[in-house]
This record gives sequence, structure tokens and C-alpha cells, in this order.
Amino acid sequence: MTPLVTLESKAVPLLRDNIDTDAIIPSREMRSVSKDGLADGLFAGWRYTAIGGRDIDPTFVLNQPESKGAEILLGGSNFGCGSSREHAVWALAEYGFRVVIAPSFSPIFQGNCIRNGIAPIVLPRDTVETIAAGFADGTPVMIDMPSCEVRMGLAVFRFSMEDEARTMLIEGADAIELTLRHRTEIESFFARDAAVRPWIYLAD
Amino acid sequence: MTGAADGGPLTLAEKIWSAHRVTTLESGAEVIAIDRLLLHERTGGVALKSLEEAGRTVMHPSRVFATMDHIVDTFPGRTDKTLMPTGTAFIVSTRESAKRHGITLFDIDDPRQGIVHVVSPEQGIILPGAILVCPDSHTCTQGAFGGLAWGIGSSEAEHVLATMTLRMNRPPDMRITVDGVLREGVTAKDLALHLIAALGSNGAKGHIIEFAGSAVSALDMEARMTLCNMATEMACAGAVIAPDDKTFDWLEGRPYAPKGKVREQAIAAWRALYSDEGAVFATEHRFDAAQVRTMVTWGNSPQHAAPLGAPVPVDALSKADQQRAVDYMAVTPGQPVAGLPIDAAFIGSCTNSRISDLRRAAAILKGRKVADGVKAICVPGSTQVKAAAEAEGLHEVFLDAGFEWREAGCSMCFFAGGESFAPEARVISSTNRNFESRQGPNTRTHLASPETVAASAIAGRIAPVSEIAA
Repeated sequence: MTPLVTLESKAVPLLRDNIDTDAIIPSREMRSVSKDGLADGLFAGWRYTAIGGRDIDPTFVLNQPESKGAEILLGGSNFGCGSSREHAVWALAEYGFRVVIAPSFSPIFQGNCIRNGIAPIVLPRDTVETIAAGFADGTPVMIDMPSCEVRMGLAVFRFSMEDEARTMLIEGADAIELTLRHRTEIESFFARDAAVRPWIYLAD
Repeated sequence: MTGAADGGPLTLAEKIWSAHRVTTLESGAEVIAIDRLLLHERTGGVALKSLEEAGRTVMHPSRVFATMDHIVDTFPGRTDKTLMPTGTAFIVSTRESAKRHGITLFDIDDPRQGIVHVVSPEQGIILPGAILVCPDSHTCTQGAFGGLAWGIGSSEAEHVLATMTLRMNRPPDMRITVDGVLREGVTAKDLALHLIAALGSNGAKGHIIEFAGSAVSALDMEARMTLCNMATEMACAGAVIAPDDKTFDWLEGRPYAPKGKVREQAIAAWRALYSDEGAVFATEHRFDAAQVRTMVTWGNSPQHAAPLGAPVPVDALSKADQQRAVDYMAVTPGQPVAGLPIDAAFIGSCTNSRISDLRRAAAILKGRKVADGVKAICVPGSTQVKAAAEAEGLHEVFLDAGFEWREAGCSMCFFAGGESFAPEARVISSTNRNFESRQGPNTRTHLASPETVAASAIAGRIAPVSEIAA
């Protein structure tokens, strides 16, 4: 995973509430048993003029020239709700997004972001709207993960994120590798627990 | 955070969580032991593939189960082929990976096959006090059995495959207490929609919800599953109901549930699974069951729900969101959705496809016919549910009424395997999500109980049971 320490980018506003993962990547766009090849299907229902088509809808914000190269997406509350499909995050990442800022996230989507090097940053709705207002004139937004700050011009917005998530993002760490360092503790937990709850432990 | 260390009263979720704590990390997060991992062909196959690519192995394959439900189609005589040209790859990849890693698979032709949240309880895979995860958002369904169950992504599933743990901070606790008695004809689905409408799609805010109170205890196990299933539509981190004799009885004799002396030992332990008197919840909500009416949704989020005869609210949302929902659904604020003509009716999904759901729908359909021009489909939640329904003759009731009778799977809860309803079709559906284009291009989905779906299918418009029973 590519570490995410600081980043400066335009921030694309998509401030609807309840943007679900079906909208981020529709079922029909998940065509292979793979994490790749999903960027084309990102927001397909909104980005293209017809379901299943590829004709660009110029009114959709991602298709506007100001959005080109943006790495920050601004969303409404309960962002990423619905299906747990991680393809939504893989599609966002492949398209080039590293940060999503929203008033709240679906818990599963939030976890998926962290596992894929995307920072899900929670800020109050009016702050998100303030940042969104800078989009039209191309004001860059600065993300500073170590200091938990989003900066735009002279404005500084502080956010909070659990240390575990923030460290994983900053270090670009492989969670499995970190956890496997505790393998002995894990195996001894199972050995102890099997005496207490034998009904859980089926024969391998 | 209170905990066992200071001997204070504990919530049910906290008791289960503490019993699974392997270690606490420097970050404050914990390594939590996972008892059961379930996979399906859409998100599970990619987790197994990614694990293999990283050169890792499955730590405890005996505690991992896989089924085919999301992409496999539900037409009679189905094979690995799907309407979606690339669907077969998901099915084959999951099958081959499961075989390579010694994971139990409920394959297409297996009598145990079905929707993951229907088959896991049927097989006794979920148990009280257990922690079960699955790369599927409706995993919270299984909290109905007094275990902690929640949906994860494919990367987290890969983490569980490799380590049989997750790294997490314990989610905060929420209790939703529903006391009183549900009115005649009001179901767990109506209760769920009532709660979501009241609390909002983000109402649970990442908490584990414990459903409690006399109205919840009174629900049978399948109704409890329906209630817990919909909890994810309020952004919960999991849902749980304290187990009781109904739970233990329901699990008796299930293939993977404990038997004999071990069962007795298990039940003794499970009887301690409740929130202690005085346990502190970060958030508490109380509801009166008598206030709940038969519900139906009018917009594009499950929170856009109202009593069946009530008008679509005029200003439920921000102006832009309200306009968008109303335009998309072609409904009129101030007018009820009851009476709107429907193009299709769907009974199925992990929310409402179990035998009791089918029995209640069949009781309404018996001796009646689906209205002309309405495409009506019933998809049992599992092959076992289908067989049980057929043994009772329910399939004949559905077929005689004009419903299609399908093989088990997720089916048209979403674009599964590429099948969909017609563009802009208005669908009354016993499923869980009314998102834009979820059941087909620009489809207009109205969520409701199986009873309301059955009644509407006969009436040809969104209608309460009372309207056709006359």
C-alpha cells in the first residue's frame, strides 16, 4: 500500500447524502474476480448518459474539466452505505482518489478505505460545504495525516481518526503481516478457548 | 470503557467481545478472534485469490464456509452459466479456491446451498456468543442468534482467512428497546422500516445495536433475523439479540451446532449472554410496538419509509435530495404510494425468504391470481427452504397465483448474475434496498413485507392485505 502522509489536490464535491456502493460501482460493472479494471465503472450510472453505456454525461461533476487529476472527493453523510463490496473502494483508488471527506461514512466502507490506502476523513457538514465552495476556482486542499489537519488557504480544519487506522494509512502497512507477528498469541488463544467453548472448534 | 477488569455491569456485545480479545495493540485497537468466516462467490472469491497471490494459506479452513448466492442465477435447471457473460468466472474461481483450501462449499447443486444468511443459521454455523463475519453487509442478520455478526470487505475477509482474527477498535453500544405488542398483521419487516424511518439511514452511527424489549423477545427466530438484517440500513457495526430458549430450540439438531453433552455445556454458557442490569450503552432508544403500522418505502433509501396509507412526506429531506428521490420514484409528495400501479412483485432475499415468510405470503395468494401485466417472482432463500415449501405444497400456491418459482439465491434483490426488471419498472419487493437502479435500469423499488408484496401483486397496485382480503 502506498503510504499517505500529506497530499495537496483539488477536492471534487459530490455532496449527496447516502451515496451507496451500488452507485459508486454498480453490480453490472463488477465483471471479473479482480481488484483491477474498475475505474471505468466508477459512478457509471451518473457518469454516462445511459445504463451500461460509455457516453459521457458532461453535467456530472467528475466529467467537468476542473475535476481532472483530483485526488480528494467530498461526499454527503452516510457515504458508502449499502453493499459491502470493496470494489467501490478499488474503483475510487484506481480512478485516483486517495481521500474522501464526508460528514459520516458507512462503517464497512470506512474499513475498506483504510485497507486500500484511502483516508476516510470525517468533518462536519458545514466544513465539507466550505471546502466544496473552493472547487469552482480550483483552490487546492492540503491533507496532513500526521497532524490530523485539512487546510485550505488560511483555514485549518482538524479531524480525528482512530490511531490504528491513521497509522496504517501513514505507513502503508500490510495488516496481515502485522497481525501474523502475533501468531503465537493467536494460536495460544485458540488452544485456551477450545477448552472453554469446544463447540466453536470444528476439526480442520 | 467499562469492562470485566473493573467488575462493572457489561453489555451483551461487550461480554462477547471480551471473550474474543487476543491482544491489545499499541494503537489501542484489539486483535479479536473470529469464530466463523462465511464467503460467497462475488466478494469471497477475490479474497481467496488475493490470499493466494500473497503466498498465504488459510489458517483454519474448518471454520470457513462458502456458498453460491450472489451471481448464480435462479432459473430452474441453472448451471454455472449466468446472464452476465463473466459471471461464470466468479462461480468457478470460488469453487476451485474453496477446494484447494479445504473450505466447505455449498455449491449450486448442494441441498445446503442458498443465501449465506439463510444457510448459516440452517446449518448451525452461527451460534450464540460466537463472532461471525462475512464480506456481505447483511451479515448482521445473524446477530439474531445472540452472536456478534457483521459485514466486512474482501481485504478484511483475507485477513480473517490468514489470521482468523480482525484488528479493530470495539464499536460503541446502542440499545433499541421495543416494548408492547405489534398489531395484528404488522411484521418484523414493518418494525424494521419503522425504526429506520425514525432514526435515519445513519441512525446507528457505527454502533453495535442490541435489540431488546418485550416486542423483540416475542418475535420468532425468523422474524428476529428480518429485524437484525435491516439494521445495516441504519449504518450499524452489527446487531444482536440476547439468545433465549427459542434460539436454543431453533438450533437443536442443526449440522454444525453442538450436540449431546456439549450442547448442554454450550446452553449453560449461552444463558449468561445478556446485558447486565445497569450496563451502560453509549446510546439508547425506546419505541412502542403498538405505534408501528404496515410500512412501505417511497424513496431511494430504506429510511424513506411511511405507513402504507400515509402520504409521501413533503419535506422529509433537503430540498435537492427530496426532489431527486421524488423525481426518480415518480411519486407525489402529499399523496400515498398506496394505489400506484406496479409492474413487478418480488418475494425473496436475506430479509424475507424463509419458510415462515413464504407461508404468510402463500396464505394471501391462495385461490387468487396475480393482476394482469405484473411480473411476479418468488425466490426461496435456500434450497432447503425451497424443499420445505414444496413439501407443504406452497410452490403450487405461488405457481397457481402466477408467480415464478425459482431456485435459491439473492436473485433480483439486485442485478444478480445480470438479470433485472424492465427499465423504470415499479417493483414491490420484500428485499432490503430501494437504491437507484438496484433491481434494474432506473427501477422504482418499494420495500415492504412479503404480505404486502403478495397483496399488491394481486391488486396490481401497492395495496394492503385488507384491500384484497375483502
